[in-house]
Amino acid sequence: MKSLILQTAARYLLPLLALYSVLLFLQGHHDPGGGFVGGLIAAASLMLCALAYGVPVARDVLPIQPRNLIGIGLLSAAAAGSVGTLQGKPFLTSAWVKLQLPGFGELELGTPLLFDAGVFLAVLGVTVSILMTLAEEEEEE
Amino acid sequence: MDLLVAVLAPLAVAPLMPLVRRFAGRHVGDVAAAIPLAIAVYFARYVGTLGDGQSVAFRRAWVPEIGLSLSLRLDGLSLLFVLLISGIGALVCVYAGGYLAGNRRLGSFFGSLLAFMTAMLGIVLAENLLTLYVFWEFTTLTSFLLISFEHERQAARAAAMQALLTTAAGGLCLLAGVILLGLIGGSFEITELIERGDAVRAHRLYPAAVILILLGAFTKSAQFPFHYWLPNAMAAPTPVSAYLHSATMVKAGVYLLARLSPLLGGTDLWTVTVTGVGAVTMVVGTVLAFTSYDMKGILAYLTINVLGTLTMLIGLGTELAAEAAMIYLLAHALYKGALFLVTGAVDHAAHSRDLRELSGLRHRMPLTALIAALAALSMAGVVPFFGFLAKESYLHAVVEAPRMWPLLTFAAVVASVLVVAGAGLVAVAPFFGTLSEKADRAHEAGFRLWFVPALLAVAGLAAGLLPQTLAAPLVEPAVAAIVGEPVPLELKLWHGVTLPLVLSVIALAAGVALYVSHERVRSVFDGTRVLGGWGPAAWYDKGVTLLDVVAHWQTGFLQSGFLRTYVTVILAMTAGLAGLMITHFGLTFVERETIGVRWHEGIAAGLIVAAAFVAVRSTSRMRAVVALTIVGFGVSWIFVLFGGPDLAMTQIVVETLTTLLFVFAFYRLPKFSILSDRATRFRDAVLASSVGIVMTLLILLATGVDQYEPTSEYYVRSSVTEAHGRNIVNVILVDFRALDTLGEITVLSAAAVGVFVMVRLVAPKGGRS
Amino acid sequence: MEILLAIVVGCLVATGLYMMMRRSMLKLAIGLSLLSHGANLLIFTAGGLTRGQPPLIPQGETLPPAPYADPLPQALILTAIVISFGLLAFTIALIYRACHVTGTDDLDQLTTTET
Repeated sequence: MKSLILQTAARYLLPLLALYSVLLFLQGHHDPGGGFVGGLIAAASLMLCALAYGVPVARDVLPIQPRNLIGIGLLSAAAAGSVGTLQGKPFLTSAWVKLQLPGFGELELGTPLLFDAGVFLAVLGVTVSILMTLAEEEEEE
Repeated sequence: MDLLVAVLAPLAVAPLMPLVRRFAGRHVGDVAAAIPLAIAVYFARYVGTLGDGQSVAFRRAWVPEIGLSLSLRLDGLSLLFVLLISGIGALVCVYAGGYLAGNRRLGSFFGSLLAFMTAMLGIVLAENLLTLYVFWEFTTLTSFLLISFEHERQAARAAAMQALLTTAAGGLCLLAGVILLGLIGGSFEITELIERGDAVRAHRLYPAAVILILLGAFTKSAQFPFHYWLPNAMAAPTPVSAYLHSATMVKAGVYLLARLSPLLGGTDLWTVTVTGVGAVTMVVGTVLAFTSYDMKGILAYLTINVLGTLTMLIGLGTELAAEAAMIYLLAHALYKGALFLVTGAVDHAAHSRDLRELSGLRHRMPLTALIAALAALSMAGVVPFFGFLAKESYLHAVVEAPRMWPLLTFAAVVASVLVVAGAGLVAVAPFFGTLSEKADRAHEAGFRLWFVPALLAVAGLAAGLLPQTLAAPLVEPAVAAIVGEPVPLELKLWHGVTLPLVLSVIALAAGVALYVSHERVRSVFDGTRVLGGWGPAAWYDKGVTLLDVVAHWQTGFLQSGFLRTYVTVILAMTAGLAGLMITHFGLTFVERETIGVRWHEGIAAGLIVAAAFVAVRSTSRMRAVVALTIVGFGVSWIFVLFGGPDLAMTQIVVETLTTLLFVFAFYRLPKFSILSDRATRFRDAVLASSVGIVMTLLILLATGVDQYEPTSEYYVRSSVTEAHGRNIVNVILVDFRALDTLGEITVLSAAAVGVFVMVRLVAPKGGRS
Repeated sequence: MEILLAIVVGCLVATGLYMMMRRSMLKLAIGLSLLSHGANLLIFTAGGLTRGQPPLIPQGETLPPAPYADPLPQALILTAIVISFGLLAFTIALIYRACHVTGTDDLDQLTTTET
């Protein structure tokens, strides 16, 4: 599986894809994109790395265990939902704050963004975990 | 509130009984008896206050949606039953503590017994018919546990199962009848229903409701032809038989009839059915008693006789009959309880209940013999026992019956004659005559085993001597509750020479004569055994066998364990039902503006279909996976063309990852092979195609339907104003319908864990690997 | 176009179900995948087709320019796509494990719970 072309391509594509996935996630609330696509593309970039260099290298690229990512993602999504509960509203009611950044304009931040981040992490963790589990089994053969 | 506490107290204590057993040891029965005794004392204060038909009520909503409320009501009828249940319950607890002493499951025995007590109290105090039904089934369940207490014995298990199936089947009928009644009358509260009695009785569904409810009552009270389970239930320990199958549970059916007779009674259907079935049961019970040599079996058949008599009296519906029924009920509880317990003592001491092995026991167990004689005299209706009053009052009621009285009187006299002889069988035969071998080894049983029956037998004598003081306060309110108005009652032994008295004396004399020659008479009655081959018990056996066969067949047929069988059945049903709807209603397509097909859209659609068929036809795994990927890309192309950029992106990435998934697992996955024969494949293809056609039609029909404002318009309107987002799809996912999304990522996480576990966790060595 | 897509959905459902009725486990997985494609397209088509107008609101506006595609079915399908990926992954792992343990692909051979 280790082809030089793939390895070279992966070296440049990996950061680009990773950046693209974050971009998709960030613009998701206003333009096409979002946590699902972002997470999936991030997972795809890691799997490209795994194909090119092998699963152990890909594991090193990812600073934490994919299974922990799932947990962090689920917790973030649940935390985003709990903000509404703490305000005495139904679970998952959104809350927004407007930040005035000098020289940058206005920035709206809300719990849906945190929720979407949770989705991003969970989808990334799930996909990578599944694929790497199967891939490692393949390599051990 | 107090009523509810009283009903639930035994159940609340029941789980503690094994613990009590550990600490109280031999006295566990006495401790258990404290609860019913407390209940009896608590309710005793109502004696004398409910004579004019007053009642005490308690009500709390339970499941208001279906009209189920936890409402209890204590009136005269309930009070009589409550005192019987708790009073005899306390005595039986004490007795059982001696009878079953040393049994290692004594704790759970008392647990079941107390739970049963709650169920019985619930039945007789329930004001709501659904509440009553819940307790009704609870008695069935707890009695199953009690009958099968000696579950090591096959006979006990079979008897418990028979009782369960018979009474539970009747219980289901009762439920159906109760629901019908609730729908007819618009309420499940008994008092409310009784107020609307005329409307209920005039309703066209009234006969159905009556028959269903009667089936429930008849199975519970062992009326012919459902009487067969009661003698078999004698496999239970004797205290259980005395309590459940004589004093309380089997009377639940009688109670129900009495409770509902103001509501349902008075019509031809009710009177003829209830009186008729009761009269037949009354005679059949006594006749069958002479086919048994088992003391308990004889008592069981004689109990069936009493249950029949009570049913007949309630069916008659007159004031006299209601009086007689309540007097007889009380008398029977006293003497039959005593006789059952005496039988238990004999069994305990002589290790036999068989009349052919027992005689002359009075030399070894004089006290027990005396108690048996007292109870049997009451049963035979001898002056001055309470049984005499009972017998006279019911003969009086029969003689004065508004119709059929000659027939009923004849049946009643015949039954009375046989009951007198039956009393001889259980109280004279084993105790008198020469000492048999088994009897010779017997000895007087322990204190509890003679003291408790003695109490009951003496109570029967006392109630006969002082009926106005002891029995009337219990009987009078009960009659008032049935009849619906206060009924002054005068109980006394001597009414002058009346027709009932004459009949009673004739019955006594004939009964004694019959007993004297009972050995010869037996051979006549033995003839009825031949009938058993066609009797209801045989039908029960056949029914159970048939049920087994059907269950086995349909489980094998429907639950084959093969996924494709399930899929096939579901698809056949779907296609079949859809086809039926189409042929029945026809298809109406709503004319609607559609979008034309552009050439590249046509290509995308064609590509999807072609790739799907390649995936099906392919014999190579790789080709199938590639075809599947093409289908996915085709679908995402459609998403791009019709305004779904988010979908398209997601679909493309998922498609890529799916391909990776197949690639990683590829060499470990099996090769494609054709395992089905041509005919099967053809059949499956036809089935799958027809469901496909149904789906196509579904879309074409659904796109024409435009009945409501689309939900999504709300989302579109509020996307910017409320959710601060301009990508509406994403806003729906993370804000409007975020709970769905949260659920989804949770499911995904579970899938990831599942994959990890299945692939990586290998069974330890030595196990399966 | 609606009619054409309806036929496509019919074909996807039919092929998917046919594959699910086969005895081979791998064919079951492929059938499942085809079926979910069919279901997604079904929702998409039944929700109404709009050519080329995604449900996006331009900066500074509060409503998307009409006509726009219905966002609700899209949200449902987006969820369904990802879920069906999870389902497929689970199915494949199950087949993988089953083959590993039993050494057969034939569902009819898996008649007992012991191996």
